[in-house]
Amino acid sequence: MRATPSRLTAVCLGLSLLMLLALLVGLWLGTVSIGPGQFWDWLTGNLKGSSAIILGQLRLPRLLLAALVGACLGLCGAVFQAILRNPLAEPFILGVSGGAACGAVVSVLVGLSGLWGQAALAFGGALGTVGLVLAIARRRGSMETSTLILTGVMINAFFTALIMFVISTTTDQKLHAILFWLYGDLAAANLTKVALLLPVTLGGAGVIFFFARHLNLLTAGSVAAASMGVAVERVKMIMFLVVSLLVGVTVSLSGLIGFVGLMVPHLVRMTLGHDHRLLLPASALFGASFLMAADTVARMIISPSALPVGVVTAFLGAPFFVLLMAKRGSRWW
Amino acid sequence: MALSGQGLGFGYGDSQVIREVDLSLAPGELLGIIGPNGSGKSTLLGLLCGLLPPNAGSVELLGRDLGSYTRVEVARRLGLVPQNAELAPGFTVRQTVLTGRFALQGGRMFENDGDLAAAQRALMDTGLTGLTQRRTGELSGGERQRLALARALAAEPQVLLLDEPTSALDLKHQLGIMTLLENTCARDGLAVCLVSHDLNLAGMFCHRLLLISHGQTLAQGTPEEVLTPELLAQAYGVQVCVDHEPSRGRPRVTLSAPPP
Repeated sequence: MRATPSRLTAVCLGLSLLMLLALLVGLWLGTVSIGPGQFWDWLTGNLKGSSAIILGQLRLPRLLLAALVGACLGLCGAVFQAILRNPLAEPFILGVSGGAACGAVVSVLVGLSGLWGQAALAFGGALGTVGLVLAIARRRGSMETSTLILTGVMINAFFTALIMFVISTTTDQKLHAILFWLYGDLAAANLTKVALLLPVTLGGAGVIFFFARHLNLLTAGSVAAASMGVAVERVKMIMFLVVSLLVGVTVSLSGLIGFVGLMVPHLVRMTLGHDHRLLLPASALFGASFLMAADTVARMIISPSALPVGVVTAFLGAPFFVLLMAKRGSRWW
Repeated sequence: MALSGQGLGFGYGDSQVIREVDLSLAPGELLGIIGPNGSGKSTLLGLLCGLLPPNAGSVELLGRDLGSYTRVEVARRLGLVPQNAELAPGFTVRQTVLTGRFALQGGRMFENDGDLAAAQRALMDTGLTGLTQRRTGELSGGERQRLALARALAAEPQVLLLDEPTSALDLKHQLGIMTLLENTCARDGLAVCLVSHDLNLAGMFCHRLLLISHGQTLAQGTPEEVLTPELLAQAYGVQVCVDHEPSRGRPRVTLSAPPP
């Protein structure tokens, strides 16, 4: 589909409606079901008691955080796939999320346990890992699938060991929380976290969208992109910083949620095509809906208990990944 | 001069890939760079488009030092068709050609009528109008090569560099691309510099040829001056016969083999 302003508007409107739907369903469903009447009372400020707390202090922050995290992960996946020219690239698979998690864990270790300190060190961890990945990809200008997967596996193995080492030194009470966080969990969501992630997401998305046409050319290859006027190294560097920031902050707030960056851009491409001017906004908005829905499933599936949302995305994403691998050879971009 | 290079050199320490190459290209001129494998033809093209920095000499594009331009300023004036057509996977033919307009769009996010018209012209010139909705992954080698050319032409450059533009093309499309380049040179004053392995095709269409061997200029001049048995024997190390092809009377090179 050729990108035009009217198509972009239509896509954004449609996906915003989907996002609203995911939000409403997420507010409604849960261990305690909240009917439309109570929901209306809550909206108009007339709801008191436990239902009001469940909606306003538990479900709403959790859904908002899910939306922002999903948007970030969807965007980051699309950017990685363009820059590494490999449709399987994704923050979790590449080990970038692992690097960020490692930074976040280290922040706890050195006593920087506030939201900002954790986010900052997670950003550092992500930055270091993206740097490593790009250095490996640099020699060829793109990343072979086998290199990509093996790099991710090795980076993840290293970070898992490091995280395990840190965990071994912590007390048992914290273990459950850390374990859930490692699988990607939104249970600890609150409005402070939403307020931290919102400006980061909006700013990052804005910068990434500004470079949509550059990314279109970069997917063709570095030589072609440079010959058509892209300052290849500078654009890659900016994308590298923004994506690291988004992954770092996201991971520090919600842990390791995998495969969203893989599935979301792919599903968008199947319907809207490969032009980044449509793909990027759509990946952000669809990613938001996707993770809100996944988290609602995570809350419902073993109710009254709740799963980490990363378990749900991995259940969906790992087979999706294998399917994409198996289709290799035919045209699966 | 549209494009010129003085005393160009490129390489690392003792292993110089390009040494002391001078060349100039006037508007409306078609210059062919020929030479054996590994003689530095593609490297020379890389120097001329500014993607490789020369370690000796300088390149001037439209009277200004190439290094003083930003990438996007170069792209507004000079187009490049690399040897392996790098195309974005999943993009349709029309979308690909439209991406060629990048340098002219400035901060504009979407294509305007001018962009669409230029893309349409480029598609027509390269004979791709029937394939506009085809995805790049579904194209043959020849179609990919023509698409890469169409993308470069969509930017309406004043100088066009091509690396082996006809290597994957059948006879009909070889002729089609070379006539297109020749006509665009004559009509719009486009300056074209192409690297070619096909001596006869280059001799038939190029106004001038530059023969390089081991990174150095062996000869430069009209096809009649460059395509001689002596020079070709020196460059390629084989004996050839040169006569004249019947359509234009240009030199024709054939290998001379011992009797069977």
